[in-house]
Amino acid sequence: MANYSVLLVAALIVLSVPVLTLFIITPLIRASRANKVKLEPYECGVPASSLAFDHRFSVRYFLIAVLFIVFDVETVFLFPWAIRFKQLGLFGAVEMAVFLAILLIGYFYAWKRKVLSWV
Amino acid sequence: MTPAFAVFLIVGTIAVASSILVISMRNPVHSALFLLLTFLCVAVLFVMKGAEFVGAVQVLVYAGGIMVLFLFVVMLINVRHLPDEKVLSNFWKGGFAVGLGVFILFVAVVRPGVYHDEQLDKSRLTSVKERIWTESHKNPGTYTYRRVHRTNANSEAVGMALYTDYLVPFEVASLFLLVAMIGAIVIGKRELSATEEETAQQFILERVETEKEVKEAMSA
Amino acid sequence: MSLNDLIFLLPEIILATGASLLLIAPVTGLRDSISAKWAMIALLIITAGSLLACSWAVPGMEQTAGFARMFALDAFSIFFKLLFLFVVAIVVLLSDDFLRESRYSTWEYYSLLGFALCGMMFMASGVHLATIYIGLELLSLSSYILAGYYKNEQKSTEAAMKYFVLGAVSSAILLYGISLIYGVCGTLNLLDIARALSTVVSNDALMFGVILLACGLCFKIAAAPFHVWTPDVYEGAPTPITAFLSTGSKAAAFAIFVRIFYVALPGFHLDWSMVLATVAALSMIVGNLAAITQESVKRLLAYSSIAHAGYVLMGIVAMNVMGLRGVLVYSFVYVFANLGIWSIVLMMKRHEYAGEKVSDFEGLHSRSPFWAFSMFVFLLSLGGIPPTAGFIGKYFLFYAAVQAGFGWLAIIAVLMSAVSMFYYLRIVVAMYLRDGKEADVTASGALKFVAAVCVVATIVFGVVPNDLIDQVSSSAKGLHNKGAVTRNATR
Repeated sequence: MANYSVLLVAALIVLSVPVLTLFIITPLIRASRANKVKLEPYECGVPASSLAFDHRFSVRYFLIAVLFIVFDVETVFLFPWAIRFKQLGLFGAVEMAVFLAILLIGYFYAWKRKVLSWV
Repeated sequence: MTPAFAVFLIVGTIAVASSILVISMRNPVHSALFLLLTFLCVAVLFVMKGAEFVGAVQVLVYAGGIMVLFLFVVMLINVRHLPDEKVLSNFWKGGFAVGLGVFILFVAVVRPGVYHDEQLDKSRLTSVKERIWTESHKNPGTYTYRRVHRTNANSEAVGMALYTDYLVPFEVASLFLLVAMIGAIVIGKRELSATEEETAQQFILERVETEKEVKEAMSA
Repeated sequence: MSLNDLIFLLPEIILATGASLLLIAPVTGLRDSISAKWAMIALLIITAGSLLACSWAVPGMEQTAGFARMFALDAFSIFFKLLFLFVVAIVVLLSDDFLRESRYSTWEYYSLLGFALCGMMFMASGVHLATIYIGLELLSLSSYILAGYYKNEQKSTEAAMKYFVLGAVSSAILLYGISLIYGVCGTLNLLDIARALSTVVSNDALMFGVILLACGLCFKIAAAPFHVWTPDVYEGAPTPITAFLSTGSKAAAFAIFVRIFYVALPGFHLDWSMVLATVAALSMIVGNLAAITQESVKRLLAYSSIAHAGYVLMGIVAMNVMGLRGVLVYSFVYVFANLGIWSIVLMMKRHEYAGEKVSDFEGLHSRSPFWAFSMFVFLLSLGGIPPTAGFIGKYFLFYAAVQAGFGWLAIIAVLMSAVSMFYYLRIVVAMYLRDGKEADVTASGALKFVAAVCVVATIVFGVVPNDLIDQVSSSAKGLHNKGAVTRNATR
């Protein structure tokens, strides 16, 4: 268990950064002269026309997200292979090549079906 | 009370509380964020049980990937125009009773002592045999391979099992991911018929036009 | 493992490669030179050929061998794999019209069918719960997508949605059961589980795991009370896919059901048999009674398929040689009768969902007597009336149940078969005794071919079932001997 306490301390430090900056330090040192314009969401200087939720996202974002998940999971599979790369040797390399090749077919398909291009 | 148990109590409480908040929040974005908290707490619990790899997967895939999907879906549907319904459905009493029953059943059944050699399992899942290139004990100055038994090596152990014994399921998993990808494209992408695909330029032009019209109509 | 093991996987490798090629063929410019349908048929034939060649080259591969004991190429798996290949080939022929009428892309459709078939083949061959599970998931995921292939039809999307959500929940339940079994036994290999169980006397964690596993599997075969998805999905999915779900996908689920319970859990038979017997009885009663009032042929067949899941479960509950053979025979004859019916339904249909009401069959006899007669034969086979093949299957299952001391279950089954004749005859009455102007058959050659093959098979296997029974007996042998040995060791 002892080796995880480092992880816990690291997590606490990481968590403390946003908490400190957002909620503790900044409110103490900033000047607070709020007005209506300042509180509006910033939209490149142009007056905000609507709320963020007013428009539906295009389904294309979703497609990209699904592709992201698939390759995310692929990375997860790469990880334990990479740390045992030497022991698994050529056999492991071939195995992983097959795994990647199958996913590359999907990538090729997505590419040719113009899923990746944004028209 | 050991520190580990204290951490377990804290993290476990947060996990349960945030998962209850997931289903009771009215705003789907808040639900999604509490779900993220639940995932992270579960990852901590995995790590505490020695399953570092599963913990890492939990963070990488669930907290990283699945959450993105959730948020995209939330944005895909128009959350501001959801009907103002009660948080509790009309069947909540029945659902609660069933849930409680299943929970009691799980508690009664899933308890220590009924399983096979846990110690063996634990050592199998967290240690690997390894050959390391070190200086020999007998003749200093010469280097040989020495077999060592390395503990705290959950990811390595998972790797060895996954890429030797579990070769077939592993490769089928890639087919599974491929099908997931095809499925997303087939369902999500607007269908082009053979003729349309040939005249894709024209088709795209038409669509751009309609999008422009939609924008104009909305700004008006 | 060694490289020699690869030969056992050869059919699957060929199939997966072929399905991937089908996927990328249209985007590489091959679209115009060959037709997707014939490419798919060719792929299926090559796969079947390689399967036969492998089984001939390596006779009787034991369940213990292959890829760290993950994968077996025994007679049992070859029987089911050939059945699956046949089903998918027929579904390809049935899909022709559907794909031509609609604007949905053909190549992806066949590719997904290929991947679904690949999953089924891994299910049939898996002797390890990890292989079985991932095969099942590959099949399920492809089925969800195919069920929603009419993207612009609300019904189809709804079917895919319901199927996906409920399927995902059932997979989670199945996985939880598997994890509990792993917790108790320390292994996922079916033979090792059986060995580990021979030292376990009684264990509620294991029992809970087995029940969760059974729940997950019962969802996949659509047994009551896990059947609620069936009518909606069967109704909403494109008809060729409904044909696939009700035959191929179901037969694959039967295959793993049988293998898991006959190989891994025979030592625990006393504990789970009553649970499954109850599920079987419920399925027969719910399926048959609910089918009576249905107006849509697709829903009617969905409820009837729930009832058939109940009949097959009897064979698993019985846990004897007859039961095992019964499951195999029944899967076989059920496939022919059901695919035949779906081909007739597709003949009746003109666009989208039209031609799927019982009343649409009115007057079919006067318009096209042969197809009316074929439909009659298929319905008799589903009902289990003697000259057809369905009788042989029901005979085995009922006999097995009586032999195993489940007489009450056999009585329910007989009573419910009688009930089922009522709604099957409703279609027959509509075809022969009612006069309608709508029942016009506009069939393509492929549909006629399928219906003719199925009607011949249904009659031939009903009249001279000996070859089928011999084949099934030899296919089932390896599985049951193993099971019997383990069971004797425990008692």
